[in-house]
Amino acid sequence: MERKTKVTADNNQQVINISREFDLPVELLFKAHEDPELFEQWMSHEYGTTKVVKYETKQHGGWAFQTVDSQGNVLFKANGVFHEFVPNQKIIRTFEMNGTPFDVQLEFLEFERLTDETSKLTMQTVFRTAAQRDQLLKMPFAQGLDMAHNRLQQVISQLK
Amino acid sequence: MNLRRDVFQAIADPTRRAILLLVATQSMTAGAIAANFETARPTVSKHLQILTECELLQQEQTGREVHYQLNPQKMKEIADFIEPFRKLWDDRFNKLEAMMKKYKPKK
Repeated sequence: MERKTKVTADNNQQVINISREFDLPVELLFKAHEDPELFEQWMSHEYGTTKVVKYETKQHGGWAFQTVDSQGNVLFKANGVFHEFVPNQKIIRTFEMNGTPFDVQLEFLEFERLTDETSKLTMQTVFRTAAQRDQLLKMPFAQGLDMAHNRLQQVISQLK
Repeated sequence: MNLRRDVFQAIADPTRRAILLLVATQSMTAGAIAANFETARPTVSKHLQILTECELLQQEQTGREVHYQLNPQKMKEIADFIEPFRKLWDDRFNKLEAMMKKYKPKK
């Protein structure tokens, strides 16, 4: 299958760039980031269900979500603030993973209309240091499992 | 001074990425590589040195000429490092796309 999502992380920079083109009008692409129920769906996976705790989609609004496994154990919690929230154009937000040694990240999301039926999302995540970025990339997202289970817990406990 | 260079430093530079592309299919001499760039020859030599130090390029002596070729094992390390993270986002975005294609706005 064609690799649609591009990720780059140049050395000595504390940035991860993610870009992806969608067979979706930009309005629907943005909607999936705006509507908490839709966000929960695409951020969930077979190992855990994502639940939005707070999602104030406006400038200086707060957000928080957590991912829970089938036994109800919380695998992952994150929170932040929307610094800017401009429908169909951009979201600037902070992103902090609770209970980890990572400092807060700053994320720039740009939504771009390509045609009536296609769009592009460009994400830039800025870390406090290049070392933190590399550490995140080295985490075991094995086989695309997302922030999987115990292995994540293990890595985090080793970092502390 | 023998700085231990890492592969990510090597691929951060656009000229070095272009060099890797050049030698991807054939081994080449420094002169042949330099002929593809407007950059001064010593600059290209410096790039080749960095790529060799971090083992992305291998040198091969044939007679009096030195050919440079790609080290596929080292290139794989770079891909392996980013790939799981890329896959994570690719899976998420595939899901988002499939979901929104079926999306009907609530009345």
